[in-house]
Amino acid sequence: MTQASAEGDASGPMLAADGTPLKKSLARALRLQKMRALMLIAPLLLFVLVTFIAPIADMLFRSVENEIVSETLPRTTAALADWDGQGLPPEGVYEDAFYDLYMAAERKEHTRLGTRLNYEMTGASSLMRKSGRGLDDIGEVYQDQFEDLDKNWDEAQPWAELMGDPEWLTDQAAWEKGDRMPKFTLRDGIADLLPKTAEQYEAFALYQQEEEAKSPLKEEPWSAVHTALYEDLKAGDLSGYTGPRAEMLIAADALVDSPDFETVSFADGFVEMDEDWAQPEIWKTIKLYAPDYTSGYFLNSVDMQLTPEGVEMRPENERIYILLFKRTIFMSLVITGSCILLAYPVAYILSNLPSRQANLLMILVLLPFWTSLLVRTSAWKVMLQQQGVINDVLVWLGLIADDSRLVMINNQFGTIVAMTHILLPFMILPMYSVMSTIPPTYVRAAKSLGATNWTTFWRVYFPQSIPGIGAGSILVFILSIGYYITPEIVGGTTGTFISNRIAYHISSSLNWGLAAALGAILLAVVLILYWAYDRIVGIDNVKLG
Amino acid sequence: MPDTGASDAFVAFERVQKSYDGETLVVKDLNLSLPKGEFLTMLGPSGSGKTTCLMMLAGFETATHGEIKLDGVSINNIPPHKRGIGMVFQNYALFPHMTVAENLAFPLEVRKIGKSDREAKVKRALDMVEMGDFGSRRPAQLSGGQQQRIALARALVFEPELVLMDEPLGALDKQLREKMQFEITNLAHSLGITTVYVTHDQTEALTMSDRVAVFNDGRIQQLAPPDELYEAPSNSFVAQFIGENNTLEGTVTQLKGDHCTVQLENGAMIDAKPVNVTEVGQKTRVSIRPERVEVNPELGPDAHTLKAKVLEFVYMGDIFRTRLEVAGNREFVIKTRNRADQERLKPGQEVNIGWLPEDCRALDAD
Repeated sequence: MTQASAEGDASGPMLAADGTPLKKSLARALRLQKMRALMLIAPLLLFVLVTFIAPIADMLFRSVENEIVSETLPRTTAALADWDGQGLPPEGVYEDAFYDLYMAAERKEHTRLGTRLNYEMTGASSLMRKSGRGLDDIGEVYQDQFEDLDKNWDEAQPWAELMGDPEWLTDQAAWEKGDRMPKFTLRDGIADLLPKTAEQYEAFALYQQEEEAKSPLKEEPWSAVHTALYEDLKAGDLSGYTGPRAEMLIAADALVDSPDFETVSFADGFVEMDEDWAQPEIWKTIKLYAPDYTSGYFLNSVDMQLTPEGVEMRPENERIYILLFKRTIFMSLVITGSCILLAYPVAYILSNLPSRQANLLMILVLLPFWTSLLVRTSAWKVMLQQQGVINDVLVWLGLIADDSRLVMINNQFGTIVAMTHILLPFMILPMYSVMSTIPPTYVRAAKSLGATNWTTFWRVYFPQSIPGIGAGSILVFILSIGYYITPEIVGGTTGTFISNRIAYHISSSLNWGLAAALGAILLAVVLILYWAYDRIVGIDNVKLG
Repeated sequence: MPDTGASDAFVAFERVQKSYDGETLVVKDLNLSLPKGEFLTMLGPSGSGKTTCLMMLAGFETATHGEIKLDGVSINNIPPHKRGIGMVFQNYALFPHMTVAENLAFPLEVRKIGKSDREAKVKRALDMVEMGDFGSRRPAQLSGGQQQRIALARALVFEPELVLMDEPLGALDKQLREKMQFEITNLAHSLGITTVYVTHDQTEALTMSDRVAVFNDGRIQQLAPPDELYEAPSNSFVAQFIGENNTLEGTVTQLKGDHCTVQLENGAMIDAKPVNVTEVGQKTRVSIRPERVEVNPELGPDAHTLKAKVLEFVYMGDIFRTRLEVAGNREFVIKTRNRADQERLKPGQEVNIGWLPEDCRALDAD
């Protein structure tokens, strides 16, 4: 309409009818289309992201995630980093472990840590549980002596006055249930005077406030605080102290310095709780699994383990996963192979019958799809068991003796038979769809050129049906490698798959990290096989319809 | 070419019948023989039984009754791959997973011919159809015409004495089709092979064949060389099916030797050559080719002429095509050559038309 657009001014950009640059105008026109397309797929995209991709990514992340050790034992893991791993760690590490474990026990986290460490070192779980109960035995040595000296050492208020900021004390005193609690702050200078005590008391106070919603003015401190106080008093001289509760603290300082004061080393206390603390193994394990990310689950998945000396195979009698992976792949291949053998003739007949009979036959092929998977699997149990239909018939026919009935279920044979039956339609359908596109003239042409029936089939028909075999095989193999229900029901002990082990770790042993690692390996195996298939056969040759 | 006796025939159908469902016959009592080296075309509308005949000859269908002989030997019970008959299919049927050369080598391989010999034959066959450089291509990379040539080469590479072709040019465009028609006939004649060619395209049949068998309703309606088929159709189906044709219905009033007089429904009389009429009073349908009709003719004194009214005049370049109303038939067409002195008729004009009695054939009425 405008002059500019008509002339398409040579110096400037091409203009649209309304004077805007043509490129911009085109982009705007396309943007609307793109937006519309995006809007249309957005619900599904979001759904898939939220319910499929995110959970899977989260699950896979668990296979390397290992923050529990360093989060539960922050001081210990830091202290162990400097330890050379020879013999037992120094006293300081025991002290850190004492404070860490005390906190973890209060938070009831020591059992989770025990479970985690138990995957790597048998006995760690009970050790942690025992230690959670026994830590007070160390702290109470000091708590009791301080309490005997002055009842106030076992009271909440005096402790709070000693450690807390005066301003906070006033606010906290005025606090009533339901209000927001004023956050505990240390008194100026107390952290320099009693560093360990201040740290422990602060942890105690914040824990009470934040996790228990209780006022530190009303709660007596843990024995860990008393232990820290002893450590501080032993280290420094406080006779010149003039702050709040001065006489109490000075008296305690004097008590600690007296030769009658009973003490116990952390190392001895730990050994008292459990002999295992005197073994280097537990310390080595903690040190080994201190990093936030670990290859431990993956190593475990392939029957290996992390040791201070490096990665090594697990003992012969503890190896199971490699066997299971091998068995899963082997059985999936057998199932795929038997599906090919059974499905090929059926698909061939289907594609060569007149459509009326073909449809009838197709219904028979699809019939299993309309029956519950559990029903089909259970039916095989009825068929194959020792007192089952097949054995009964064989005995009745006199082919086998009554006392030597065949064992066909709860082993590999049962799994292969049942899964071949269940996955057969997934092989027949792609084969059928490919075969029905092969024109009969090819066969006729081959015969007219002098090829026998077999040559015609093998040289002309079969090569053209390979895409169907490929599609069916990929489908069946990938389905069977992750199959769970059927092996669970008919597999017994020798016919179970890796997926049954994954399910066990998810729902029974709750070792999700290992389950995730096993799952990740399974996924990788499938992807590698898929890649190999693509390289050898070519994924373009796969037709599903 | 005279009809050869069954004794020295290379291919012979003897009283062959074919039924698919046991109720109706697709091929009814077929008798056909062709000598070595002949190019025979089976022509007919779809469903006329011509492809069934070809398939029976190739061995993909079994005859319900009768015998098919090849070189004097009955081949009814010989499976297709042992018949040694080359065949070209409608959609070429080149194996898509093999290269062109592999396709050609296939019939030689199954005949266990040695590698060097095989390669020489493949090369010769490819050169024969002028496709020497295409050996390593896949069929899908070739055009329709090229695929057609390869299909032909493959059917010939194992040197069969008989080649069957099932509408091989059906999928090509007109120009290419005409070129290939020429090439196929040349090749067949130069190699001296016997060819049975099936088509529903009458031009193809006329231009390519030594003899044409016109099929309809499971029977051969006429078996004759192309010129005879066109000029002397033996019944009204053939007359209608081959080329353009004018028909007029009437009754025979006079019959003498190879001349008869027919009275049309409007009472007008015409002269004709009796072909399928045997007695006076019989109903007949006379057939006359458009180019044999003369306008305002100068014929003999007793010759009959007909009055006609011009309905339409079409200029077609080399010829004029004029549609007339003759004795109630409004589809009567005449064709005249575009000569400098040729009169161009105008719609509405009234003319007299006539023809030589031997050009007008009195055929069966149905």
